[in-house]
Amino acid sequence: MSSVAVKKGLGASVWEYLTTVDHKKIAHLYLGTGGFFFLLGGIEALFIRIQLMKPNNNFVSEQLFNEIMTMHGTTMIFLAAMPILFAFMNAVVPIQIGARDVAFPFLNALGFWLFFFGGVFLNLSWFLGGAPDAGWTSYASLSLRSEGHGIDFYTLGLQISGFGTLISGINFLATIINMRAPGMSFMRMPLFTWTTFIASALILLAFPPLTIGVFLLMFDRLFGSNFFDVTMGGNTIIWEHFFWIFGHPEVYILVLPAFGIFSEIIPTFSRKRLFGYSSMVFATVLIGFLGFMVWAHHMFTTGLGNVANAIFAIATMAIAVPTGIKIFNWLLTMWGGSIKITVPMLYALGFIPSFVIGGVTGVMQAVAPLDYQLHDTYFIVAHFHYVIIGGVVFGILAATHFYWPKMFGTKLSEKMGYVTFTLFFIGFHCTFFIQHFLGLMGMPRRVATFLPGQGLELGNLISSIGAILMAVAVIILLFNVVITSIRNKKVGADPWEDGRTMEWAIASPPPFYNFKQTPLVRGLDTWWLEKMEGKKELTPAEPLGDIHMPNNSIIPFFISLGLFVAAFGAMYNPLNSVGDGKSWGLPVLIIGLGITFGSMLIRSLRDDFGYHIHKEDLLEDDKGGKVG
Amino acid sequence: MNAEERYTPLNWPDHPETQTLEGKNKFLGFWLFLAGETVLFASLFATYLALKDSVPDSSHPLAKDLFNLPLVFAMTMILLTSSITSVYAIYHMRNYHFKKMQAWFVITVLLGAGFLALEIYEFTHYVHEYHFTFGSSAFSSAYYTLVGTHGAHVTFGLCWIIALLVRNAKRGLNLYNAPKYYVASLYWHFIDVVWVFIFTVVYLIGKVG
Repeated sequence: MSSVAVKKGLGASVWEYLTTVDHKKIAHLYLGTGGFFFLLGGIEALFIRIQLMKPNNNFVSEQLFNEIMTMHGTTMIFLAAMPILFAFMNAVVPIQIGARDVAFPFLNALGFWLFFFGGVFLNLSWFLGGAPDAGWTSYASLSLRSEGHGIDFYTLGLQISGFGTLISGINFLATIINMRAPGMSFMRMPLFTWTTFIASALILLAFPPLTIGVFLLMFDRLFGSNFFDVTMGGNTIIWEHFFWIFGHPEVYILVLPAFGIFSEIIPTFSRKRLFGYSSMVFATVLIGFLGFMVWAHHMFTTGLGNVANAIFAIATMAIAVPTGIKIFNWLLTMWGGSIKITVPMLYALGFIPSFVIGGVTGVMQAVAPLDYQLHDTYFIVAHFHYVIIGGVVFGILAATHFYWPKMFGTKLSEKMGYVTFTLFFIGFHCTFFIQHFLGLMGMPRRVATFLPGQGLELGNLISSIGAILMAVAVIILLFNVVITSIRNKKVGADPWEDGRTMEWAIASPPPFYNFKQTPLVRGLDTWWLEKMEGKKELTPAEPLGDIHMPNNSIIPFFISLGLFVAAFGAMYNPLNSVGDGKSWGLPVLIIGLGITFGSMLIRSLRDDFGYHIHKEDLLEDDKGGKVG
Repeated sequence: MNAEERYTPLNWPDHPETQTLEGKNKFLGFWLFLAGETVLFASLFATYLALKDSVPDSSHPLAKDLFNLPLVFAMTMILLTSSITSVYAIYHMRNYHFKKMQAWFVITVLLGAGFLALEIYEFTHYVHEYHFTFGSSAFSSAYYTLVGTHGAHVTFGLCWIIALLVRNAKRGLNLYNAPKYYVASLYWHFIDVVWVFIFTVVYLIGKVG
């Protein structure tokens, strides 16, 4: 299979990315697609803030506002934050544990393409009669009666992309359990690997309830069932439970990997090992466990009763304990360290106070009686943006700068990075800090406008100005990416000079087989350990030999495409409650499922043993030739 | 160990499903998948229990009016037997008896198909005799979704095992396809366990609870 690489044309590169099963290329795909959806969600956010800049504004209509607000939330959570985190997990985790690839390279590609087609399907709603308009939580009483097909795009799109997420979760769990290099015990794993592991476990157990929730909603709207229709004996509270049994762990699915990223960045730039490593691991596991015990705190005002509210309130407050452990560990890692300020480190420094504010308001809302006052106001909006932006987006931006050299072999401009950070940090607090007070003054969330003379004008104006600052910051980041790619100045294996974990021991970007010889892990912070002993490379655990690699495949693309086609058939089937069923609905549904299951069958019938890279080619690679 | 290598009963390993790295990954990954499936079915059971006998008015049939225990008992016995036959198949796989393994899987498939036929009969019976359709009440939607999702899993399992039997008929047994047979049998057991819960929660409690 191996040969000397020739310069590839555009078509060949596109084909390479369509068929790739290499975790590093899949990381590029996730980052590109997730980044695109992040920009889309950001534009939607800007529209919301422009509409709310002044009272009685009519920049967008009420209906369009509902659609924008729904799509902003749905896009940011499902199509931006999670995929971008998957990008970094794919790029880094297999290398951090000394593996050549993930456990299931084929499923890795399938997970990406399912997410991709699910996201595209959801966003096609803009062009096909209107986007979903019932909020990202899509409560059944409201979504059941929504006109048009918006909600159907939501239920079908989330099912497709949800399958992809579930598959990726299983893949990372199996990878981390089975593929660790010799010596890489669980308690030597870098924190980002640990948080990926726990987040994947949460995905495995939290996504099926969401799948069932949207499955039932889809049946109600498209196939005439009555799960949520009260007149037929249905019950809308079932939807709330399913949504939040998924929705609360989802918060930790997002924020734990961000915690992991900061747990890599802070020791690196403090040049000191992570303080309290085992308590960090313990806190991560505990947060993952408690994350499943608190979903009903989103439903305090639903009327579950005082006993249920009290239990869920106390469980919620308990999560503050492991989170507090983490905060203090990060602070104590920096304490006495030799701190170097870089862009990733700046984000880490900005993250700690910002996230603490979000955490504190979270504990406030855990007090059920107070939550009756705060529920569905801008206080809630302020709170979850502090957690999601202050935690997850800061983590993503930090990781973008931190891992860019490892993913692309070039280093983003630090100067522009400082500008982005400063603008984004100020803009973020400007947008959301004031919203706490807007909420306390009684401004409800999800309203398309507000009236003058109620004391809400100034706060909303400040908030909108902040949003524009954040937009400028993101534009500068994009500019940074373009400039860096054009300059194309290659960096070495360890561009931050203080890398601690194994990904910094191999070339940037790494060769497609990652490690020529599987490394031997002799302790926590493997690469740091070797560097301190004056070594230039990792200690190998095996002699140089042939490397077994998986074959590329286009089948994941077609499996996902089939579901994408089937979703259109389901949506326009003759039974749908919108009443615009087409005669081609059912045939298209069957054809789509046929493509999916047919592709799976082809995959199953063929023997696919992969191929070997031979020792001689690896040696040649050393002398400057290229394998591939 | 090389996946394509030919074996004899003498050098065939005791646990062929976990000899290669791919096999180990499949084994673990499939158990993880079953964990997710468990949560999926748990959600459907919860929905069913919440909506059991929840109908718009008294003209609609309730659980105690509908279910016919002798039929469901027969279905249960057939499905549980198919689980045992798949155990025999895996036993022969471990002893490198390819033909016997295939034969026991064929019996498993036949029993599974018998179960499916009875289930289809059961559903049509409810629709024709009681006008108990997918959309007639919240109870009917929950019932058909829970039991139907299980039925869809049985159908998928049947197609899967048939595909394995056909694709390997000429290839014989090796370390590449042994894990495939093994996880298919795991899936089949999982479906059986879910049915045990359906039998208890839906039919027994529906009749007497």
